Amino acid sequence: MAQGGGDVSTPIASLFLDAIRFIFVPQESVTGGVQVGGIGEMSVLTANHMLLSAAAIAIACVIALPLGLWLGHIGKGEFVAVSVSNVGRAVPTLALIAFFISFVGIGFRNVLLALILLAIPPLLTNTYVGVRGVSPDAVDAARGMGMSETQIVRKVELPLATRSIFGGLQLSAVSVIATAILGPLASVDTLGTPIVSVNVYGQAGLLGAAFLVAALAILVYVLLTALQRAATPAGLKAAGPSLRDRLRRISSPSRPRSTEAT
Amino acid sequence: MALMAAVLSLAVSACGGSGGGGGGGGGQAEGGSKSPKRLIKREPANAGKKLTVGSKNFPEQFVLGEIYSQSLEAAGFDVKKQLNLGSEVIAFKALKNGDIDAYPEYTGTVLTTLYKTPAQDVPKEPEPAFRETEQKVREDKIKALPRTPFENTYRLGATKETAQRLAAKTTSQLAPKAKDLTITGYPECRQRLDCYVGLQKAYGSKFKDFVASEQTYEVIDQKEADIGFLFTTDANLATGKYQTFEDDKKFFPPYNVSLLMREEAVKRVGSGAQDVVEQVQKPLTNEVMIELNSRVVLDKQKPEDVARDYLRAEGFVK
Repeated sequence: MAQGGGDVSTPIASLFLDAIRFIFVPQESVTGGVQVGGIGEMSVLTANHMLLSAAAIAIACVIALPLGLWLGHIGKGEFVAVSVSNVGRAVPTLALIAFFISFVGIGFRNVLLALILLAIPPLLTNTYVGVRGVSPDAVDAARGMGMSETQIVRKVELPLATRSIFGGLQLSAVSVIATAILGPLASVDTLGTPIVSVNVYGQAGLLGAAFLVAALAILVYVLLTALQRAATPAGLKAAGPSLRDRLRRISSPSRPRSTEAT
Repeated sequence: MALMAAVLSLAVSACGGSGGGGGGGGGQAEGGSKSPKRLIKREPANAGKKLTVGSKNFPEQFVLGEIYSQSLEAAGFDVKKQLNLGSEVIAFKALKNGDIDAYPEYTGTVLTTLYKTPAQDVPKEPEPAFRETEQKVREDKIKALPRTPFENTYRLGATKETAQRLAAKTTSQLAPKAKDLTITGYPECRQRLDCYVGLQKAYGSKFKDFVASEQTYEVIDQKEADIGFLFTTDANLATGKYQTFEDDKKFFPPYNVSLLMREEAVKRVGSGAQDVVEQVQKPLTNEVMIELNSRVVLDKQKPEDVARDYLRAEGFVK
């Protein structure tokens, strides 16, 4: 099928509709010869994408949360916690994946490692800052009541740092979900595959996959917000954050809070 | 560097007589003679004639873009560079829109990607493929300037050890062993008719696994894959560690470079520009292109400097 070379500017609306259609209906690839798209393939890609993201976030939590809680409790290591965050956010994941090919090889492990390193900084910093922001009076009172240090972390500091920790979790999750589109560059098929292989999947495929990534990120964000409400102790919920507080948290979640409950 | 010197000295020793004097735009030197007649003359007639040269987004394209831009500048044209535009789709769109006047494109790419010719219908030899390219782009009021000697096409390749172990020199010899071999290529390749999909059909091979990455050579070095889709002017080929397998069934199309220029720009700048282009690209054989690419990719030199050194070494500019 010979046609004039290059792309004709497509109206935005029809591109949008083509993208939605691509998600549900398999079609022939732009370069021909294979079927792409449709609910079957998109489900598999979405599942892979979620699996990879969830694994990275989970492992990052296991590493960053205890570390952040401990450093925040003892009040040491602020420089480390903040520096890790700044450096971690500056290193491009793409470069990490390329770098890891020589050491970890290619495939799931490679991308997982790169995404874990991406996910740790916001979690570590926000946990640290959240614990540091707990009122010293509350901690003193707990100590006075005879609680052990571990009990203080578990029963006083952790609950009071919940909002900050979840803020970090949300940042992490959205970052990881967005960056998991780099998977195909290390042979892991995620929702990034139609984006990286745009010559095969076409503009419709690229846009369709991008919509799904965005939808996934929003879904997880909303879910985490709901989870945070469930996890916040009743006493704090009664005081409740003002709308202004909530907006401030979304724009710069790592800013320390003076006191939680009043 | 040594390779380049060797290739250049070969060209010099093979030269016959030198060509006639300058037409508009530059001296017309024959063969590899590095006489002063090769020097591109700054023609007053070219002054004030504007030309925007673009390129796609990988090292070979940067080098070619620089070579053409710098040589046209030397001839007196007012050249603006818009290198690193993006993929062929983007570059071609920019060309058709008039955002750029010219960019170097591969004949195989023009036919398969830009004009959607099925891979099996593409002429298998460089000259017929170029003629077909000329015809196709003429429909869009574009002129395909004469093609380069080198072609940057696909070949299957492996480390020399692997190639010896498999005792294969051609892709057909590789085919029966494919079921035990892992092959690697860039992500899209796995689903493309002009890449993995078509290759399996053409050679009747079925590989054990396809591993996707943007770093074919690292993957092969790390033994994550046995065979890879290589390009015939890849920088890494300069290291001598790898061997390409002959494409005996001629599955891969020719990919010589032709500078595509808008017909409107050709009229504007006159035939002198084409003369310069033809002249500076004549020494670009596969070996020379591999050497230039390796300077950018492995030696981390700037494409601008690599192009300038090439033009100086060949005697086109001072």
